[in-house]
Amino acid sequence: MIIKSLDKEKMMKNPEKISEMDRREFLKIGLVITGVFAGGSIVSVASAAEKIFPNGSIAEKYPYRPHYCMVIRVDRCIGCRRCVEGCVAANAVPSYGWRTLVLEREARQAIGQKREFIPVLCNQCNNPPCVRACPVTATYKDPQNGIVMMDNKKCIGCKICLAACPYDARYYNEERGAVDKCDFCFETRLSRGEKSTACQAACPADVRVFGDLSDPRSRVYRLVHQLQKPVWVLKKDTDAKPNIFYTKG
Amino acid sequence: MGCPENSSWTGCLKDAGRRVFSGGPVYLFFLGLFAALLVAGVAAGIHSVYIVGSRHAYGTTREIPLAMLIATYTFFVITSTGLCLVSSIGHIFGVERFMPIAKRAVLLSVITIMSGFLVIGLELENPLRLAVYLFCSPNFTSNIWWMGVLYAFEVVLLILEFIFLLLDKHKASVAAGLLGILFGIAAISNLGGVFAMLNGREFWYGPYLPIFFIASALLMGCAAVIFFTVLACRVHREGLDGRMAESLAAIGKLAGLMLAVIMFFTIWRMVALAVGGTHELLVRDALVSGPFAFNFWALEVGLGMILPFALILWSAGKRIGPIFLASALVIFSSFFVRLDMVVAGQIVPLYWELGVREYSKLHAYSPTWHEILVVLAGVGLTGAAFLLGEKVFQGFREVEDAGSHFAEVLEDAAQEPPSAEKGKVDGSP
Ligand code: SF4
Ligand code: SF4
Repeated sequence: MIIKSLDKEKMMKNPEKISEMDRREFLKIGLVITGVFAGGSIVSVASAAEKIFPNGSIAEKYPYRPHYCMVIRVDRCIGCRRCVEGCVAANAVPSYGWRTLVLEREARQAIGQKREFIPVLCNQCNNPPCVRACPVTATYKDPQNGIVMMDNKKCIGCKICLAACPYDARYYNEERGAVDKCDFCFETRLSRGEKSTACQAACPADVRVFGDLSDPRSRVYRLVHQLQKPVWVLKKDTDAKPNIFYTKG
Repeated sequence: MGCPENSSWTGCLKDAGRRVFSGGPVYLFFLGLFAALLVAGVAAGIHSVYIVGSRHAYGTTREIPLAMLIATYTFFVITSTGLCLVSSIGHIFGVERFMPIAKRAVLLSVITIMSGFLVIGLELENPLRLAVYLFCSPNFTSNIWWMGVLYAFEVVLLILEFIFLLLDKHKASVAAGLLGILFGIAAISNLGGVFAMLNGREFWYGPYLPIFFIASALLMGCAAVIFFTVLACRVHREGLDGRMAESLAAIGKLAGLMLAVIMFFTIWRMVALAVGGTHELLVRDALVSGPFAFNFWALEVGLGMILPFALILWSAGKRIGPIFLASALVIFSSFFVRLDMVVAGQIVPLYWELGVREYSKLHAYSPTWHEILVVLAGVGLTGAAFLLGEKVFQGFREVEDAGSHFAEVLEDAAQEPPSAEKGKVDGSP
């Protein structure tokens, strides 16, 4: 995350100059998404207010356009794994690999529901460790939409990106002769004009909400920029700045 | 014994060949053995990557993608850098005692780096793409990219340094050697960075590994010089001469010092892990009392630190026998140090904190025969090339040796066009 030092200094000197609107936006994000992410000039942290943040409205500062992301409403997941099947079918994922999984947590002591399901996939990180590690830029972040993609013909199969990814989102695909990973179905759906990912389309419980975080009218924008429900990301301390958000309800 | 009078390439090679074949049954047995290992290992690697697929042949998985072959690669290149550093103490920095070992150490440095390349070449899924895209599509933030570039330079510098040493071109060899040291240290600390810059892997992350690798390299360099020099005496069926014995004793002392350094590194590392995060604690437990306990206590600490240190102390810096044994132990053990370092960094599932059913156990890795054979290919290359090198360069003796004959040939080659050389050879009886 690169924050222009000038902006930072300016803001630390004149916190009162920060517009009320910005402050609210920031507080929302800072408070509810403890330690959020984001590339470009967005910054936001747990203890929020006195920390630095850039000028301008947050929506304008999302670094990609569209800035694709997914919000996972985790408590709605019933563990049917149709999303996984949809992904496998859409993207020809072999039996030995996965692009998305639904993990299962058991809470024996819990009252009522005793199991919880947690879908995981590539976080299309804004600061992707896989992209940094790849020696030949076979994996790269699309400059337009921020999806972390593969250029199969370049992949030398060193697998350092597998080790670098904090989310276990990559595997070596023999058939492709390259590493494979979730691309938000860019190749098989988005680039062909569809607006959803295969996993989202297959989910009967509307758990996975996919969309453009830079568009204030989008569902994902509204789900992320609200105060009522907590929104979190996985493994935020690795500083990969993920674009998969989790919430409840 | 030397080259034919006309000192031509072919004549020299023929002569070297004659020396190899008259090496005696034990020599030839080991040469054949190492060559067979090399061939078997290369065949196993090709079979794994290009025929059945590494997913079936190697023990690596999505969760533990880097394992024995990467560890072996680091083992060889760390040794190579170490040899380069130890050789430089004498012939570059002028420490008299370290001079006699310089040529052999530099040649071994070339051999071990090549062995490392061989092993990683049989590990990568698409090594040919590397040759193209390393240059056409570089990623300057990638440690692996820098690794490729730095080691490519390093191997060229080492070869130049060796040639200049043979030619007794002191200034040129010092220049190549100095650059070799710079590139070697850059390469090895960057190799540490390959692991140490992965923020998602707590056990590797941080400044420890790059520094540790440099210290390890020095230790490995000392151990390899001692080990191979003593073996070379057996190859030539003669005792260590006084000057060489003194040299080895001095290197043995340096090895003792480096062992002490490595021991303290290891102690502090374990202390630091004990106050680290969940992943670090899990790895520490795995090392101290879990699946890695035997490797850690017996192979790393016992055979790799305590016993060799005791042997070096016992040698009183004089007796070569114990120093040799200590070196052999250090080399053997450091293979497991590399292996444990690489594998232990990946045993904790990345979603451990979620407490999910799928990732409630530590990942496990065990090598397959294919992987072990590829490791042996590296060992075979090093062994065979060392044995050949000893005969070809006649033990790097100072006067009237084959090395200097080769030097003459090299000099001639530099002066005359190769076709003229060839004419000479053909005309010779
Ligand atoms: S395996 Fe392929 S994509 Fe991954 S780092 Fe290596 S070259 Fe890049
Ligand atoms: S989740 Fe892994 S594969 Fe996806 S962008 Fe982040 S580091 Fe790369």
